[in-house]
Order: sequence, then C-alpha cells, then structure tokens
Amino acid sequence: MTAMATRERASTDDAPIIEARAVSKIYDGGTEALNDITLDFPRGKMTTLLGPSGCGKTTLLKIIAGLIPATSGEVRVSGRPVTGPGPDRAFVFQDFALMPWASVLRNVAFGLELRGVDQAQREAVARRYIGEVGLAGFEDRHPHELSGGMRQRVGLARALAVDADVLLMDEPFSSVDEQTRRKFQEDMLRLLSVEKKTVVFVTHSIEEAVYLSDRIVLLSRRPSRVSEIIEPDIQRGDDPDAIRRHPAYLDTVESIWQGLKRYLD
Amino acid sequence: MKMWGYRVPMMASLVVWIALWEIVGQAGAALVLPPFSSVLVRVAEIVPTPSFLTALAITGQAYVLGTVISIVVGVPLGVLMGRSVVADRLLLPWVNIFLSAPLSALVPVIMVLFGFGNTTIVLTVILFAVWIIMLDARAGVRGISRSLVEMARSYGATPWQAFSKIYLWAALPEILAGIRLGCIRAVKGVIIGQLLVSIVGFGRLFEIYSSNFLMEHFWALVLTLFAFAFVIAEGLGYLERRVEYYAASRN
Amino acid sequence: MTEVTPSLGAGAPRASPTRPLATLPRPRSVVTDLAIHPLTLRLLTALLLFGGWEYAGRLPVSPAFPGFIETMGAVAEMMADGSLPQALLVTLEPLALGLAISAFLGIAVGVGMGLSRTTEWLLAPPFIIMQAAPLAALIPLLVFAYGIGLTAKVLVVCIMAMPVIVLNSYGAIRQTPASLVEMGRSFLGSRQAIIVKIMLPSASPVIFAGLRLGSAAAFIGAILAELLITPTGIGDLITYNQAIAEYPKMYAAIFSVIVLSVLFIEGLGRIEAMIFRREGRTA
Repeated sequence: MTAMATRERASTDDAPIIEARAVSKIYDGGTEALNDITLDFPRGKMTTLLGPSGCGKTTLLKIIAGLIPATSGEVRVSGRPVTGPGPDRAFVFQDFALMPWASVLRNVAFGLELRGVDQAQREAVARRYIGEVGLAGFEDRHPHELSGGMRQRVGLARALAVDADVLLMDEPFSSVDEQTRRKFQEDMLRLLSVEKKTVVFVTHSIEEAVYLSDRIVLLSRRPSRVSEIIEPDIQRGDDPDAIRRHPAYLDTVESIWQGLKRYLD
Repeated sequence: MKMWGYRVPMMASLVVWIALWEIVGQAGAALVLPPFSSVLVRVAEIVPTPSFLTALAITGQAYVLGTVISIVVGVPLGVLMGRSVVADRLLLPWVNIFLSAPLSALVPVIMVLFGFGNTTIVLTVILFAVWIIMLDARAGVRGISRSLVEMARSYGATPWQAFSKIYLWAALPEILAGIRLGCIRAVKGVIIGQLLVSIVGFGRLFEIYSSNFLMEHFWALVLTLFAFAFVIAEGLGYLERRVEYYAASRN
Repeated sequence: MTEVTPSLGAGAPRASPTRPLATLPRPRSVVTDLAIHPLTLRLLTALLLFGGWEYAGRLPVSPAFPGFIETMGAVAEMMADGSLPQALLVTLEPLALGLAISAFLGIAVGVGMGLSRTTEWLLAPPFIIMQAAPLAALIPLLVFAYGIGLTAKVLVVCIMAMPVIVLNSYGAIRQTPASLVEMGRSFLGSRQAIIVKIMLPSASPVIFAGLRLGSAAAFIGAILAELLITPTGIGDLITYNQAIAEYPKMYAAIFSVIVLSVLFIEGLGRIEAMIFRREGRTA
C-alpha cells in the first residue's frame, strides 16, 4: 500500500476517507492499548468500533480525531496525515462536555466561535441545528436545566454545526437511559440519511452497532487487534422499528454476541 | 515538573527559595532577613534552651488542650447538626457567623474576662478551631448516602451498631478533614492569642526577639513554628489520605 | 489538601441543603411547624444568645462584662456621636486596599500556577506552607520593616488573605474538567481561547469562594494589625475603652466590627449566588 496508490484512490468516490495503517498506542506506564491496527473507513458510511470494555476503541477514535498521538503507525483523513484536530473531523463526547455556564445556543455555536465566525452568522447556524436535533425552543436554557438525553443532543448539534466531513462519536448514548437511547438511535438514522456524513461510532452495545451501522469492526481485548469486520445486510427502510425484528438484524446480533462471549471473564 | 528530563518533586522548589534566602541574607540586602544558614544555626542553638522549652511547653499545652476540647465538643455537635433539623437550624447560622467573623476581635473580650493567663489562650484556640470541625462533621453526616442507612436498617443493625460500624466510617473522611483544618486554625489561634496577650509562651518570645532586634532568633522561632504547623498539617493529611481510598465511592 | 478542596469548602455552607437523615415522620401540627420554622429558630437562637449575654452581664461575676442591652446602648451612643462609623471607616482603609491587592495579585498568581507547571513547582510549596502556618507571627517583623503606618497594615491584610485566594484559584484552574479542555482542542481552539473561554469560566465559582474566604482572613488581619501595631479605627476604640474600663463601649466596638464582617461576607455570598445561580453552579 504505497502512498502513491493511496492518493490515487482518495480521489474516487468509494475511496476510504479514513485510513489507519499499523496504528499502535502504548500509554506512559506501559499499557498497550492498540496493537498494529490497520483499517479503512468508507466515505459516507457509518462504521462502528465494537468491543469489550477497555479494548482501546475510544483510544483509536481519539487518535483519528487527533486528540492523542499514536505511538506508531499513521492515520490519514482524505489523504492527509493526522497530526492533530482538524476542521474535517468533529467529535461527540461520551460525557457531553458542555460548558455549564453557557446557554444551549452558545454551546452549539462554540465550535464556530473558536473558528472566529462572527456572532450573527454562527448563531443562525446554531439555531438551525438545534432545530434539527429536536431542541427548538431550548436555545436559552443552560445545561443544568436539561436531561441527559437533551444534553447529548446539544453535543451532537455542536458537532454538526461545524460541518465536518467526519463525525466521531464516543459512546454518545451510553449516559442516557434505555428509552431515550432507542429514540436517539432512530433519530440518528434519520439525521444521517439527511446529513450524509461519514461516521465513526464507538459503542459496547451490540444491538446499537447492528441497528445503526453499515459496517462493524470488532476489536479484541487489549492490546486490541482487528478481530473481524462485519457488514450487516440490513435494508434500512422507512420503518425504524421494523429493523429490530428483521431476521438479518437478529442473526447478526446473535453471531457477534457468540463471538464476543469468548472475551468475557 | 521536569528538569533535564528528570521528574523533580514539588517540595524541591523550596531549595530554590532557601538558596534565595541565603543569598539575600549574605548580601545584607534586607535588614530583617539574616542568611538562612545563620538562622539554622540559631535554631539548633535556641531549641535546647530552657526559655524556649518553657515557651514550647506552655504553647503546646494550650494548643493540645484547646484542640482536644474543640474536637470533643465540635464533632458531636456537628453530628447532631447533621442528624437533627432543629439543631441544625439553631446552630448553623452561628457556626457560619463565627467562621467568617474576625475572631481576633473577640480575643480582647476573652482577655478582659479571663485575664492574661493560659485560660485565655486555650479559649482562643477553641474559638478558632471548633467551628470548622463542627461544619465538616455536619457535612460528613449529611453526606451519608441514604442507601447505606437503609442497608443498615434492613439488616437489623442496632443504633449503636449502625453508628459505630457504618455511619462513623461513612462520615470519617469529612470529619478528619474538619479536624485537620481545625488543627491548622488552632495553631493560628494559639499564636494570635499569645501575640495579643504577649506575656506567655511563644508570643512573649516573639515580643522579646523583635523588640531587641534579634532577627536571627526571631526567624529561628518562625521557622520552628512554621515547620511544626506544616508537620501537623501533613500528618493529618496523611491520615486523611488513608481513608481517602473509599471517600469517592461511598455511594 | 489545604482549604482548597472544593467539596469541603471551609466556611461555605452548601447552597441547597438536603434533608438530613434519621428524622422519622412525626405527626405535625401547626404549632410544631411554626416552632421549627427557620425564621422562628433564628429568632430563638438570637434571643437565647443575646438573652444569655444580658443575663450573664447582670451576674456579679465580673464588672468587665456588660450585658447585651448595655452594649447595644453603647452602640447607639457611638453611632450617634459618629465615633463608631468613623472608626469603621478608618479600619476599612487598610482592609479594602489589602483585599483589593490580594484579590488582584492572588488570582493572577493562582491562575498562573494553574496554567504553568514551572510556576506551580516554584510557587505552590511556599503558599501551601503559608496556608497552614500562623502568619500572624510575622506581624512584628512587618512592623519592624515598614513602621507603624498604613503600609504595614495593608501588608498584614495581604499576607493573611493572599494564600487562600492563590490556592483556590490555582486549584480551580487545575481542576478544569479534562473533557471540556479536550472538547476545546477538538474544535481547534487555540491555547489562549481555551484558557479564556473554558478554563476561567469553569474556575470562577471556586475562585469566588476563595475571595470570600480571603475576605474573612482580611478582616482578621485588619483587626490584628490594629491591635498589634498601632491602634487606629476600631482597634483604637477597643484598646482605649478597655484601658479606661469603659466596657460597654469596648464591646460595642467589637460587636460592630463583627457585624460588619459578617454582612460583608454574606453580601459576597449573595453576589456569588446571583451570578452563578443562572448557570446552576455554586462553589
């Protein structure tokens, strides 16, 4: 896989937008989180990183985001090597990372604020996305007045507002309750069919992975290696509930579960 | 902090400060600041002297007595405040007032009432220390998670068992923190008391040294005192850290 | 840890008290409700305390102990003839100056320590020691170096107030939630933007609490300065009236300065609550 070949491929539509090559990560103190990960993430699709707790999936996500450096190996986004955060990638945090002293409007507009977009413009963009995630009317509230689910919508709106090519989501629904989570998953599908972004999603929920993704990457226990790549053959039509009864969905969930069971203590 | 790649512990910066002190002192730059080395020599010199030891005994005695009384009175009162709404509403406003009031203003009152002796000093110590002990004991008790209480009752614990085996330990990190802060304030209390009374203990020594311009002695005393305060603070901090391991996960 | 530990903000009552445990449900009547209402109890304790004071004053134990009523009379008298307000103003001068300097410098130094490892390494140990140590012992020294004027008194206030302000500011910056900083980086915030837009707002409640604690220490410093250096203002009223055995006036002076400090710090607390209530954060 030469650099020349990679650059040629990047110009075609089905070229992977993110390429990870032999990525390893060893933390100070010796913990080996990732071991020689080589992966492609296709443009416009949702790829999920799935695996047991502590298997390094968040680590890989943050390396792609440019928030932590890889110990060895390389990640390229749209052909350019990752050296830090960039405007082409937006991150959604597991614990929401909202500024408690700022209103919903300011929080959503924050990514644009940091880029120097002027206030009127960024607020207009923010309002649009606040509406898209279903929080219209809450612009002037503060995070402490919102439920967990609503806070995560703010985080999502913020990530969408900067119009990055890639959305990186770190277990975004793990801090909300089950019902809210299901609603979120349905809303997610709808949103992504409209927004047409590439998504890299981290979760430890098998059902969530199969429900949402075009492609599931199974990571083994630490030190992580790519264990399996699955592309569920599920037609995502208009009815979000139907998916959960789809035989392909159920079979895929079951087979992944059987595979992962080996790794549990 | 790293220097040339090696991790340097935080307290090591004190070495820099001491070096600075030495340089300034040797250069005679500040009249009131003799070189650190000569201060150190004086420390070794005055510590064994009878006047110092008497002062230490007087000060130490007042300190220990005052602190012990503060703990013995403060912890139960704080616990009471934590458990009883009525007691809380009665006492909390006063605890808050006395925590923020300039307690040094009350020392003249104590002096006027109880004379210039040890009683005043002990009372000053109590005045400085007891409020924070009460407040933190109260916080510890109020912070006991409801599920621990219900667990105790569901397993049939008697009130005494519940208190000694569960509540005491659940509230201990905060109680210890309060005691540590109380001990630190008690040191300030005993010194302030003695400075204002200035007939006994270290207060008297400070008076003598400063009025006779014995700067080295003065700093030697300051150094000894500060070291003492620091040791108490760190010693209690160590105790506190011993129970810290469960403090975060009490729910 | 020193008084910085936010969870145990020394002197700061929690904003919303939770119900304490161990109160079993009891049949409540209107009378009981009225009896344990916060306002009733506050009046009750005030009555008890001042009543006890008055009673103790009438006991023939010591001529030096005027009762509550007598003291209040002296307060009224000294307010009327202007001596009390004037004395308070004189005392306020080194206090306000010292507090302003301590706040300004203290926050700057504390934030600097929070942002720079080198500054932290250099300055944290001295301030930690200063926090635990009885700094009042240095007062005779300050008198020696700076005489008995305003400078010495301002310096006394500063050494008493600065350590807690510095350490609170430092702790507040250091304890900025890591995920907020990471969020700032992920959206390409510059270091300066992250400091100004994330770290400082995040740290404000604890910095404010530090200011409140610093004010209490400043008051102690101001009084001590007057009692130990040269009596002016309130210190003068206290020592003078003590010397001529005018105990009601002496107590009146002490009472008034305590009330002043309590009001001041309570006022700061209210401002704090106002600013941060909208955000749902209190120190």
